[in-house]
Amino acid sequence: MNNTVILPMIIPVIAGLIMVIFRKNIRLQRLLSIFAILAVGGVSISLMNQIRNEGIQTLQAGGWEAPYGITIVADMFSAILLLTTSIVALFCLIFAFSSIGREREEHYFYPMFLFLISGVCGSFLTGDLFNLFVCFEVMLISSYVLISLGGTKLQLRESIKYILINVISSSLFLLAIAYLYAITGTLNLAHLSLRVAEAGQDGLMTTVAFLFLIVFSMKAALFLFFWLPGSYSVPPIAVAAIFAALLTKVGIYAIFRLFTLVFYHEPEITHLVIGILGAITMVLGAIGAVAYWDIKKILTYNVIVGVGFIIAGLASFTSMGMMGAIYYLIHDMLIKALIFLLGGMIIHLTGTSKLKEISGLIRNHPYLGWMFFVAALSLAGIPPLSGFLGKVFITRGTFETGSYWLGAIGLITSLMVLYSIMKIFMNSFWGETYISKDMEKGTTNVSTMLPIGCLTALTIALGLGAEGIHEYVQIATESMLNPIMYIEAVIGEDPIR
Amino acid sequence: METSMSILIGVLFTIGTYLILTKSLLRIILGTSIISHGVNLLILTMGGLKTGGPPLLGQHDTTFTDSLPQALILTAIVINFAVTALFLVLSYRTYKTLGTDNMDKLRGMEDE
Repeated sequence: MNNTVILPMIIPVIAGLIMVIFRKNIRLQRLLSIFAILAVGGVSISLMNQIRNEGIQTLQAGGWEAPYGITIVADMFSAILLLTTSIVALFCLIFAFSSIGREREEHYFYPMFLFLISGVCGSFLTGDLFNLFVCFEVMLISSYVLISLGGTKLQLRESIKYILINVISSSLFLLAIAYLYAITGTLNLAHLSLRVAEAGQDGLMTTVAFLFLIVFSMKAALFLFFWLPGSYSVPPIAVAAIFAALLTKVGIYAIFRLFTLVFYHEPEITHLVIGILGAITMVLGAIGAVAYWDIKKILTYNVIVGVGFIIAGLASFTSMGMMGAIYYLIHDMLIKALIFLLGGMIIHLTGTSKLKEISGLIRNHPYLGWMFFVAALSLAGIPPLSGFLGKVFITRGTFETGSYWLGAIGLITSLMVLYSIMKIFMNSFWGETYISKDMEKGTTNVSTMLPIGCLTALTIALGLGAEGIHEYVQIATESMLNPIMYIEAVIGEDPIR
Repeated sequence: METSMSILIGVLFTIGTYLILTKSLLRIILGTSIISHGVNLLILTMGGLKTGGPPLLGQHDTTFTDSLPQALILTAIVINFAVTALFLVLSYRTYKTLGTDNMDKLRGMEDE
């Protein structure tokens, strides 16, 4: 029992609720939200150290022992994701201060942002399938508000579709939960893992597993990504960045959790399908990224490629592949936030997202240009930046299991990603300078450049100093590949109940 | 009992799917609402339909009703209520701003 486990979930909620009262006091809201995010980051660092020293931390809510009560579980995988979430959220928040606009700030932007973070943290921490649904909904409802806040024509049009897709997938989620409850009679993840292991994963169970895969694929944009390019390109930059960094990753986390903890008995069926879906996602995403000449579209398709690549790590189902997937997940959260902020900055400066109308920004904005270059290389996985290590491990993982096609597709699509992102760099920063500094639509300032600079520094630091987090990633991989560690932490040493 | 419930759930899903596939926004929202009712009934059915037993384990009672599905449904109803309310408000706003509730016209143009 460890009460700190629940803190990342409730700190943002409490801070958000306080802010709702002080609607007009923007300064207080900003301070409070920074403070709440920093607190979440601090708690997750302390959790990481506790898990390293004492093993997986759990909290049985209200003292009701698992499997009867709701369990909150923090293993190393969730703790690492929590820390990354708080880092990304902090920088997106600072970016929002000067870019989001007074109007949105007064209409509960900060409370909604914090509720979103709370939902994301809750999804990472929960040890109960129904509670996962609830946390998903907390996250999704906040995202509905954030995506439509402002009410421009484009936003309204796309948010309607976004909500519809998610409402339907939530219904499917409940459907899958109902079936699983009928078969196993429990919803606690650790208990589910035991029951499935006892009864064996037969055809019926695998079908339910695929239903879950469909639901989470919809959220993670794995193959079912048709809704993503539209809806991620309409909200303001800071919101799009946090969506790209966090929302799809929650779906990926859920797939990882279910298919390493519960449905891991038939990898030759389930993980093969996951691998094929990942491969198709990578190919289609890369084609989209190469084809468009619009900054927003290129960036959103890059989100999809990233999802496919992380999933390839899971499909390999080796310790090497999983380790790579965790490295790449951390990298992807940081780099997607960074590249969206950078792309958003270009659009903010020039007032257009069409590449053919932008040229020669490097003359007036050298720092922005060089940071974009670093981010682009990191996105494609050039050493020594942060994307490299994850790519190496995932590719080695897929080669180890003999699925050379998956690794090869991963590498080829990386090249396409590099081309697509270099297209943005060359078109917008090279060439003749059309517009002088005072003709630009917007300006850069400390509040927008600081988060971009910090995230760029982080992607370099994460690449050079990967040794520093290696110990944590190794623990996370180990506990993912040994479900019994999770079960023992939740239910106890005597798992025969 | 289970059979008739299954048929009912199937009918609800059919109607919901039909409504979601229509072009009018309001019908689509009603469709999602009907589907989620179907899902709630499904959870109830999946928990096992028993009559006559209290949702508590007693020393003398031989039968009891599983109360967990009902708790799940309660939560699901509340969430669905909130989402539907938000969805309705947003669609009204969309109708006011864009002047149409036809999904064909909400498709979006290539050059905007």
